[in-house]
Amino acid sequence: MSTELTAKDFTTSQEIRWCPGCGDYAILKTVTKALADAGAKRENTAFISGIGCSSRFPYYVDTYGFHTIHGRAPAVATGLKLVNPVLDVWVVTGDGDGLSIGGNHLLHTLRRNIGLKILLFNNEIYGLTKGQYSPTSRPGTRTPSSPRGSLDTQLSAGAFALGAGAHFFARAIDTDKKGLGSVLEAAQKHDGTSLVEIFQNCIVYNDNVFGAFTDKATAADAQLRLQHGEPMLFGADNEKGLSLNTKTLQLDVIDAKKHPENVMRHDAHNKILAQMLIELNLPVALGVIYENAAAPYEKTFYTEHSSHFTRTGKVADALRRTNTWTVT
Amino acid sequence: MRRRAPSEFMKKEHKRNSIVIRLAGDSGDGVQLMGSQFAASTALHGNDFSTFPDFPAEIRAPAGSTFGVSAYQMNLGGGPITTAGDAPQVLVAFNPAALKVSLPLLEPGGLILLNSDSFTTRNLVKAGYANDPRETGELDSYQLVATEISSLNLEAIKDFGLSKSDGGRCKNFWSLGLLLWMFDRDLQLIVDWIQRKFADQPVFRDANIAALHSGHAFGETAELSAAIPQFDIERTALAPGEYRGISGAEALSLGIAAAGELADRNILFCSYPITPASPLLHRLAQLGELGVGTFQAEDEIAAICAAIGASYGGMIGVTSSSGPGIALKTEAMGLAVNAELPLLIVNSQRGGPSTGLPTKTEQSDLYQAIYGRNGDTPVPVLAARSPGDCFYVAIEAVRIALRHMTPVILLTDGFLSNAAEPWLLPDMNTIEVIDSNPAPTVDTERESQALVFERNPETLGRPWVAPGMPGLMHRLGGLEKDIKSGHISYDAQNHQLMTNMRAAKVASVAKFIPPQSIELGETTGDLLVLGWGSTYGPIFQAVRRAQQEGLAVSFSHLRHLNPMPANLADLLQGFDRVLVPEMNMGQLSTLLRDKLGANPITYCKVSGQPLTINEVEQQIHMHVTSSTGGEA
Repeated sequence: MSTELTAKDFTTSQEIRWCPGCGDYAILKTVTKALADAGAKRENTAFISGIGCSSRFPYYVDTYGFHTIHGRAPAVATGLKLVNPVLDVWVVTGDGDGLSIGGNHLLHTLRRNIGLKILLFNNEIYGLTKGQYSPTSRPGTRTPSSPRGSLDTQLSAGAFALGAGAHFFARAIDTDKKGLGSVLEAAQKHDGTSLVEIFQNCIVYNDNVFGAFTDKATAADAQLRLQHGEPMLFGADNEKGLSLNTKTLQLDVIDAKKHPENVMRHDAHNKILAQMLIELNLPVALGVIYENAAAPYEKTFYTEHSSHFTRTGKVADALRRTNTWTVT
Repeated sequence: MRRRAPSEFMKKEHKRNSIVIRLAGDSGDGVQLMGSQFAASTALHGNDFSTFPDFPAEIRAPAGSTFGVSAYQMNLGGGPITTAGDAPQVLVAFNPAALKVSLPLLEPGGLILLNSDSFTTRNLVKAGYANDPRETGELDSYQLVATEISSLNLEAIKDFGLSKSDGGRCKNFWSLGLLLWMFDRDLQLIVDWIQRKFADQPVFRDANIAALHSGHAFGETAELSAAIPQFDIERTALAPGEYRGISGAEALSLGIAAAGELADRNILFCSYPITPASPLLHRLAQLGELGVGTFQAEDEIAAICAAIGASYGGMIGVTSSSGPGIALKTEAMGLAVNAELPLLIVNSQRGGPSTGLPTKTEQSDLYQAIYGRNGDTPVPVLAARSPGDCFYVAIEAVRIALRHMTPVILLTDGFLSNAAEPWLLPDMNTIEVIDSNPAPTVDTERESQALVFERNPETLGRPWVAPGMPGLMHRLGGLEKDIKSGHISYDAQNHQLMTNMRAAKVASVAKFIPPQSIELGETTGDLLVLGWGSTYGPIFQAVRRAQQEGLAVSFSHLRHLNPMPANLADLLQGFDRVLVPEMNMGQLSTLLRDKLGANPITYCKVSGQPLTINEVEQQIHMHVTSSTGGEA
């Protein structure tokens, strides 16, 4: 028997309880394939989730899995990663779980740069509670809790991440096996917290909300697939490119065939560029938008923290680390 | 220097069984430091003692204000000393505000040592004195020694080149020097401590030592005029052995580390700063070499969740907070119950509700600990009775958590955390090791999901399986799971079985805990005083006094609040009446009614201050009906 695991080896016998046609099925497939491709060991892999449709994910992956409470998966995962840094710890969350009730934990997790791979399934809606608007919903979204349209400004996961001091932010589309696969590979390789925003279609409550850039007919013109060091081109024939307008400090779309010299190359280490890419409406930037190396928290915790979790002392001595006296 | 009211203090040497001293001043006067050093010297001198720091919520309240008064009370003597004492007999007051706040507590005829330099018009007004209390006669019933502490201190250290404000900070050591003379103590211990503490600041080090010597010399000079009394306090007959002074927070931190050593597991302590629980985080942050890691999380919820993640990963997860923070952790406690993971949750109780009285003490989170979760979610609850007891309770709590695979709540309080006492050092070799539920053997014929939830029939603890273990991958979480297969289950009958299992698991703890015993008095009779937590000290003393007066009264004190010892109902039935004094509105009484059908008499006090011996003794007098027939 080969020791090489396949995507199938990472699949459990559990009956999947997502709605038929849910984008989560595609994500699950791509993730299990990515794990197999990366040569992950099942026993050293853990999926930690919060609450919501996306958070059912751990039940369907044959690794260690912990379905925790609403919004708190990054905190539970932090404890796990601290006590056993060799584990591959993945966090699965959604726009409500990660950016609303759990926003604080996501913020501080990103700031610490602890080695967690966070998959944020963004469908701009609350699914499991039956369709209320979420922090990533566009203003005016009509839902049972906002019959006249939602009032809140939309939260950008990318802007949030960069503001929190994230060291890795990438985007992908649920059904895009190749794009999501390569982003997962990069996320897993990053030493520290990786945040991957996955545009996930909720077929029941927010169908086709990302249609403007996911529809096959318009995808080429609406998606910018980023590669570090490569020119930022898009369009069916790569005829469009992004150029930095130094007067307005914006990215302009230019004719890449006419002015190839003006097309900017993607630099994933450039935070300012990452901010501009995140703000783009069309095309929508996909792939690894930002990545910057920094010591992951668990490493400094072990090397600089006094404990190292190795018991070198005895309680009997610690008890006597003060004035003692003997009564005879 | 002025003194007044000749009294028994005029005699040079006062022999006493015990004495209560209170030091009071501004938050910045160094009163707590002075108190803790006096306690260290008291311990080495051979007195038993108990201390109670009483400080304001403000870090540096406006100087001279009554709400900014920081105090340190200490009871020392021939033991057993179990409380910091009701009424001080000696008061050291650094300013008018300290006098104003502390005077109502002082025993009539007590000694007041004042810093007369601080009795300026401005400070008197700030303290709310219309007239100088030294002139109005309101101090006539006390022994007053007014001394220019500030100027004498500055004079003593004038050669060190310190500014007036920096130099002024040495006056706690000047005063400590005088106090050490009054109690006939050796200076060297404190000198050694100053040399260690201020090793990096040679000027402060030398100035503090000079101030200490100067205060001591002042006493010696004053001795010639018999102006300041000296005390000879009875030494204690403690059991033979090696001792140290210990505060509740110290004992708790060492107990948690000891539990790790006994279980041969490391500890991840995750918490968010909150008064009065933070000292535990500070202490544990220094115990790295004992296999303790500390993680300061972004909030209370993250703290408990990270601790759960640590337990899931195979270390002992511990979190700690005070009432408001514990409230935030509630949902995650339910997760730990459902996931059947061990976890220690420490609550250093403080005055409530809401923000309440952060620096004051209360026992009002008992309902929260026992009943305060959604769902039928039982959790074992223990409470510590004294600073040193925190060590053993921490070990016991972790033992239960690992044996039954359950979160456990340990209740302490603001008073216990900060109070200190002499403590007989334990022999670690005699404490039983802590067993945990081992991981099962991998069985390819069976689903690992089921193996992981195969519970020990006696404890209902499941195997502790952590990520990283080959062949035992499984899924767990907050959803209800099938009692056998461990998979998610919404089955009606199964939920009943699982709910029963969780209740039976916590109930099974009672099989492993010692039967409730009587601390003082007969095992049956007229009146039993039943306490829990930090009220042990005052209740013990009150019952002892009542017994000395010939009253038939017994005393028992609970450590295990959930489940309660199996024999408790029988024990209570042996008495006509049960009196429960508590620093809340009767929470243990409710519990006794609920769980045992008992009908106790409740004595409640919710003032933010510990119970006094006198008030408990009064209650005993009210409710006792018979005597033992003679002076004990």
